[in-house]
Amino acid sequence: MQAMRDFSHYVRDLGSGVSHIDLAVEGVSCAGCMSKIERGLSALPDVTLARVNLTDRRVALEWKQGALDPARFIDRLAELGYKAYPFEPFRAEAVETEQASFLLRCLGVAAFGAMNVMMLSVPVWSGNVTDMIPEQRDFFHWLSALIALPAVAYSGQPFFRSAFRALRARSTNMDVPISIGIVLALAMSVMETIHHAEHAYFDAALMLLAFLLAGRYLDQSMRRKTRAVAGNLAALKAETATKFIGADEISEVPIAAVQAGDIVLLRPGERSAVDGSVIEGQSKIDQSLITGETLPVKAGPGTAVYAGTLNLSGALRVRVAAACEGTLLAEISRLLDNAVQARSRYVQLADRASRLYAPVVHAAALLTMLGWVAFGASWHDAIVTAIAVLIITCPCALGLAIPAVQTVVSGALFRSGVLLNSGDAIERLAEVDRVVFDKTGTLTLPELDVANAVEIPDAVFDLAGRLALASHHPVAAAVARAAKAKAPLAGVEEIAGQGVHGFLDGLEVRLGRPSFCGADQLANAILCRDPEASVVAFRHGKVRHVFAVRQRLRPDAGSAVAALVRGGIAVEILSGDREPAVRHAAQSLGIHEWRAGLTPADKIARIDELKRQGVKVMMVGDGMNDAPALAAAHVSMSPVSATHLSQATADLVFLGDRLAPVVAAIGFSRKALRLMRQNLWLAAGYNLLAVPLAIAGLATPLVAAAAMSGSSLLVILNALRAHRGVRELN
Amino acid sequence: MEVLVFLVPLALLLGLLGLVGFLWSLKNGQYDDLEGAGWRAIADDEPVRQNPTP
Repeated sequence: MQAMRDFSHYVRDLGSGVSHIDLAVEGVSCAGCMSKIERGLSALPDVTLARVNLTDRRVALEWKQGALDPARFIDRLAELGYKAYPFEPFRAEAVETEQASFLLRCLGVAAFGAMNVMMLSVPVWSGNVTDMIPEQRDFFHWLSALIALPAVAYSGQPFFRSAFRALRARSTNMDVPISIGIVLALAMSVMETIHHAEHAYFDAALMLLAFLLAGRYLDQSMRRKTRAVAGNLAALKAETATKFIGADEISEVPIAAVQAGDIVLLRPGERSAVDGSVIEGQSKIDQSLITGETLPVKAGPGTAVYAGTLNLSGALRVRVAAACEGTLLAEISRLLDNAVQARSRYVQLADRASRLYAPVVHAAALLTMLGWVAFGASWHDAIVTAIAVLIITCPCALGLAIPAVQTVVSGALFRSGVLLNSGDAIERLAEVDRVVFDKTGTLTLPELDVANAVEIPDAVFDLAGRLALASHHPVAAAVARAAKAKAPLAGVEEIAGQGVHGFLDGLEVRLGRPSFCGADQLANAILCRDPEASVVAFRHGKVRHVFAVRQRLRPDAGSAVAALVRGGIAVEILSGDREPAVRHAAQSLGIHEWRAGLTPADKIARIDELKRQGVKVMMVGDGMNDAPALAAAHVSMSPVSATHLSQATADLVFLGDRLAPVVAAIGFSRKALRLMRQNLWLAAGYNLLAVPLAIAGLATPLVAAAAMSGSSLLVILNALRAHRGVRELN
Repeated sequence: MEVLVFLVPLALLLGLLGLVGFLWSLKNGQYDDLEGAGWRAIADDEPVRQNPTP
């Protein structure tokens, strides 16, 4: 049965006979790739648009509806050497794209306003000491108002909305003092202009907005970039299911097109992409991604299968279940819901600072006003001075202090292979003093590997690898991968349940069960030493070898754990696997605290216990059984190979086979927190200098503008130091 | 100094023109692929090919 691929789910109809599809493409990195892909795809007949987006690593394609099958594009890209897969933007990403472009529009308007008002302000500042007549000054002030009022009304929206939301929820955030400061500054400036007064602060208000919007936009665009990469990774996993569209007719469809009640075929060596139960067939399945248990279990009609389950031996027909129907899955989602609800809302550093800051500033302004009145100034002068205090303290630097660092650090994390899911994760990550690892798939690699490769001659290994390419069995696939085999042997036959065999130079070569190759003794010797391993035997004439295949620790697991311990962070293993396997891993990594055979509830219980002791726990895990623990921990991280549920729950996702990103992430975030605090102090120090000037009534618009831009630049420059992160913890 | 009455609005008009240009470029998708745009500028021109479609 040859399945056809059906991508119609991803095709959008643009009307007037044109279809559109977005593809995520792997490995596009330069101009050469870009023109190669665009030319290669445009050469197909009927294609009207093929455009590569190098930032997002995607290709947009449009073609005339008709004979062209979207699968043809994927094949064409594969011929050109690129792996591609249709891409369906997540709603969250579409929303962020919309927000980013709104912020950029606001920034454009604010920057335009600030530049033009500044152009009008400079003559006024210089005119005040030379020979400008009051009528000219008023003319310039009115023109400034004409520009500033509409510009602020438009570009201030992000701040006004957020402040309004916070106030309505009876709380406060950084945007409340910003909004109050800007509105009061403009109102006062208009009043002063009406009364032909000397000072108006239109320029300061607009410049403040432009600086803050620049900070917000950079923050937003970094987050958007991360999300685009995460979206591409999800698409490139190319999760498809083989769905029965007739009694014996199958079609390969994307997961998004599979519904509850559909029947899918799960072939040996395939990973299930759906939850459901077996209705026909017998097989062994590997549930390690779900339970952490590495030994395969038997599956037959009625057995529950979860997304991420690896089918080892026989073909299974699976009826897709509606979400959360299975018992284990229902239990996990119940625990997950509880953990998410119990998660204490972390108050971000910026909001904590603003809770402290806003009352102090507003009290200072009020005291200034009362003080001036008490010393005999007119109410008008007193109010003007009080508002000048608010303008000069308006948290320009404060509003940039944290987003600037966050932007730089998330960029640095991105380059070292860590994607941020939630914005405040950096602050929480910096506080971590204990890292809890899951074993299977987290400390170990998600794929099987040959453990005794050094004992086997290279020539034999090569040959076995080429032979293994003919088999679908995951253990054989591990041999092929370890041997880096590329060229399959010709004329190889697979004998179901036994192995593969063929002929080379007149001698028979076999790969499969030990009994199939007459290597039982060798296999037993290996199994005695390492009962956790799966064995696969190889025979070429009289030469016999046995490969021990098992999950291996990540290549740098030992050094990563050592680096964490050196950095004063305790390390612990919580695993759902059996005790001998966990003990073996813990001993070889030098981890003294480990627990084996845990259920998801046990994992949560242990994390809660640690939390009660006041320990800030980071959970690193990949399995479905880890998802509740990931939600319960102070901060959490998943490898990119993790199940959907875990990746969606984790605060950070790391890429690649190594654990180094985990260590780097903690190093970067610690440095980031240090810089955020430094920036807050810099901002506070600036206020200490500027506020007395304002209270004394010396804060002219020129002083306000200079102080504001000076402090913003200082804070941004300080934040830039974050990209030179620390790979070693200290 | 009456010249200000012309020059200042003129300056503002020019600024406004810049703003409109920026908003147009934003809407037109000029900022969608900042990395690719840089490379496109130095990429070789596509050789003229016989287009089979009319």
